[in-house]
Amino acid sequence: MAGENLTSSEYIKHHLTNLTYGQHPDGSWGIAHGETAAETAQAAKEMGFWAVNLDTLGVSVLLGVFFLWLFRKAAVAASAEVPTGWQNFVEMVLEFVDGSVKESFNGRNPVIAPLSLTIFVWIVLMNTMDLVPVDYIPHLGQLIGIPYLKVVPTTDPNLTFSLALAVFFLTIYYSIKVKGPGGFFAELAFHPFPKYMMPFNLILELIALVSKPISLALRLFGNMYAGEMIFILIALLPLGIQWTLSLPWAIFHILVVILQAFIFMTLTIVYLSMAHEENH
Amino acid sequence: MNINATLIGQTIAFFMFVWFCMKFVWPPLMAAMEERKSKIAEGLAAGERGKKEHELAEQRAKEVLQEARAEASDIINLANVRAGEMVEEAKSKAVEEALKVKKGAEAEIEQEIASAREALRQQVSVLAVSAAEKIIKSEIDASKHQAIIDDISGKLGAV
Repeated sequence: MAGENLTSSEYIKHHLTNLTYGQHPDGSWGIAHGETAAETAQAAKEMGFWAVNLDTLGVSVLLGVFFLWLFRKAAVAASAEVPTGWQNFVEMVLEFVDGSVKESFNGRNPVIAPLSLTIFVWIVLMNTMDLVPVDYIPHLGQLIGIPYLKVVPTTDPNLTFSLALAVFFLTIYYSIKVKGPGGFFAELAFHPFPKYMMPFNLILELIALVSKPISLALRLFGNMYAGEMIFILIALLPLGIQWTLSLPWAIFHILVVILQAFIFMTLTIVYLSMAHEENH
Repeated sequence: MNINATLIGQTIAFFMFVWFCMKFVWPPLMAAMEERKSKIAEGLAAGERGKKEHELAEQRAKEVLQEARAEASDIINLANVRAGEMVEEAKSKAVEEALKVKKGAEAEIEQEIASAREALRQQVSVLAVSAAEKIIKSEIDASKHQAIIDDISGKLGAV
């Protein structure tokens, strides 16, 4: 545990506080830091929008680079000969993603498959940080002077929303590109009711459109946040019995880790597929 | 847990990752996999083709063998016929030869008989004459009875 003098709620909050860098209300730039986790969170809030969560950004970018490095290694070594070891695994993942894309995406678009692969592997890697015992990395961080460290990037809504928004922008971009601005507007305005109900249709369709990225982001965030929370709660138990709960939960969580990444990827493909289809 | 500029940073990072993946990860891997796929398909097709060719060759071999067998039996038959002919020929030649030899021998025998008979007749007539001479010597003079002796000898010659 992080420190013996912490109360339980302080301990939990500590684990759920990001390392935020931004401008303090007094005008200086720095890391949000307070006596308690709650004060830190308050300080981070006061920084407003123009602040960044260094831990989320750092861990996610590190993992993203790690993913690209691993897969690039396989791509460089790729040949038509018999694949071995790591390349085999990479090809298995690729085959799986490619299969998912071909299953639900009917158009031709060279972006969709690499996009899905990136989403899938990246989210899996970020979710997997959840399986690292909750105290390891934050404690290490404290030893080298980092006061707060939230190591699972997918428990930060900033990350899940950024992914969902990226997908949302791509959806709109391809909708307009494939159907033209008029076609896209017609899709929003003239469905599901006849033309004279246009305002009503617009409201309905816009809500449906906007709800997609929100649900996408909140689903991933909610699942991972809840999972992390339970790991933290388990960590509060006496040492001897922790494993009786953390082990089953960790095993179950392996499923959640992969399932959430898969759901995110599949929905991305489905949304983009809808963007490419001429009529509803 | 508040929304802040991390959102923008993450989005930029995400697009960069996707771009990198699209440029440097997906295409080479996919190309390699496609190439392997077509290679395997080719290999399978070649295997299939080889099998078919093998079957064809086997059939062809069987046909050739059968032809050869038929030819061989033809040749044997022909040879048998020819051998028979040769034996017949040799037989008839031998018979002819034998006949010729026999004829020669018969002629020789005939001649032998004739000469023997001549010699015999001569000796018999000489014997008869000498016998007669002995008989007659005591009774007749040879010069006196020359005509009779000649007559007898002439008769003997006619035998």
